[in-house]
Amino acid sequence: MIDTLTRVETPEGVELEFSPAGPVPRALAWLLDAVIRYTADGILASLLAQLGRTGVGIVLIILFLMEWGYPVIFEVFNGGQTPGKMALGLRVIREDGAPVGWSRSVVRSLLTTADFLPFAYGTGLTAMFLGRRFQRLGDLAAGTLVVHVPPRFQPLWAAGGPPEAPFPLPFPLTQLEQRAVMSFAERVPLLTRERVEELGDLLEPLSGARGPEGVRRLLAIARDLRGQA
Amino acid sequence: MKQELFERTHTAEWDAFAAMCGKTGQGDLPRAYRRICHHLALARQRCYTAGLVRRLDNLVMRGHQELYGNASGLTRGWGDFVLRGLPRRVRALRGPVLAAVLLFGLPFGALTLASRRNTELAAMVESPQELAHMESMYQSGKEKFGRKDAADADVQMFGFYIWNNVRIGFQAFAGGIVFGLGSIFFLFFNGLHGGAAAGWVTHAGLGRNFWSFVVTHSALEIPSLILSGAAGLHLGWALLAPGRRRRGQALREAVKEALPLVYGAAAMDVGAACLEAFWSSSALTPQAVKFGAGGALWAAVLAYFLFAGRRHAR
Repeated sequence: MIDTLTRVETPEGVELEFSPAGPVPRALAWLLDAVIRYTADGILASLLAQLGRTGVGIVLIILFLMEWGYPVIFEVFNGGQTPGKMALGLRVIREDGAPVGWSRSVVRSLLTTADFLPFAYGTGLTAMFLGRRFQRLGDLAAGTLVVHVPPRFQPLWAAGGPPEAPFPLPFPLTQLEQRAVMSFAERVPLLTRERVEELGDLLEPLSGARGPEGVRRLLAIARDLRGQA
Repeated sequence: MKQELFERTHTAEWDAFAAMCGKTGQGDLPRAYRRICHHLALARQRCYTAGLVRRLDNLVMRGHQELYGNASGLTRGWGDFVLRGLPRRVRALRGPVLAAVLLFGLPFGALTLASRRNTELAAMVESPQELAHMESMYQSGKEKFGRKDAADADVQMFGFYIWNNVRIGFQAFAGGIVFGLGSIFFLFFNGLHGGAAAGWVTHAGLGRNFWSFVVTHSALEIPSLILSGAAGLHLGWALLAPGRRRRGQALREAVKEALPLVYGAAAMDVGAACLEAFWSSSALTPQAVKFGAGGALWAAVLAYFLFAGRRHAR
């Protein structure tokens, strides 16, 4: 199957699913972080420039701390998210799904140097494409993943609509088919009207109708399957 | 059970669990977490909708992070790390540490000795401007040695040493992931340049000024570079010869073993930067005092790595 979902089994015997983030959102997050960092660097430097040569020393220390510490501080204290990653909905986690701690975050930060080589993160990009889980060298060495933060759950059924007239199933459905119909109904509020009807038309053999009437019948089936009064 | 009933039965419990996460010491989190895991497994097995599975998945994820995320271990046990952990780790990795000592020491020693006689050797490594700088930095009669610009403030140099030297240590470690090549490069070239500078300045008759500047902080700075490089070599070796492990696993274990050396090296580099900025450069301190203190520091550092933490803790 061509998907990048990664599954991690917890000690409780259930599987967690993560979707590792690819190079593009990560590069954008990096860009945003770079802008934030250099802006902060610039403001501090121009303030400390008043102090003359002593100020230069302090600026250099701040540059050093920002270069290596910026990702570590945010990843440890902000649930694996630098501001850039937050904006892009990304998060750093351990390979087993737990939050990153100090050591792993430090390793990721230190090995950024190696990932950057020979230029423009060439090594890191190559490593990301070679593995299944988009890990750069720093991730491989630290045992971490960068994943998409799953969207927050929205109880779509609560939004509902007027109750539908019941529609009897013309023939029994397997469990997976039942889930497909229920998940279709769940997503209706997220889709455009045209798309909903297009998808509903695919199930004409089940609903026996096309267009709005087909969708109405499918929603009624879904309510029935779901056990909604 | 139909999904609607399942949701109605358990929604209150799920909401309570979501509220419990993020607040430590409230309610029986592990027990509640196991129940949520059970619900997720049921929801998957009964083919409930993707939305419900995702909702439970999110809850389990939060619980998982809550339960298995270890508390920040930065402050815990650092005393033990300094007194015993670090020197033990260094001795445990004596292979890469000795390799790093040789990779730095051989070019350094060879060039120091050789370029005293044959100044062309130093000129092959360093540019003429750099060598002229070297000479001017250690001229007798200066107020501060080791400064290109006499007006540079101590704090400025301190910042520069932190920014530059600690970064070189980090790079010497990170470069090790390229099968050790980066670490070899940093160790060898720093040895080469150091040796060329030392030999050249000694040849110019400024040896006492130079060594009195170097001796004070080198006891921290050179072992620091060697530890960083050794940590990198350890990574590189794990990738080259993973033994009966997969390379990824070997790399992760090597990182875990080598990371204490990087922490130690960074701390030593900060100490070295303090000494180098505020004390080494002073031409007012009698050179005998500097050689005495520097020698004592060297002896202390070597004794620390050789002997500290040999007895069992407690």
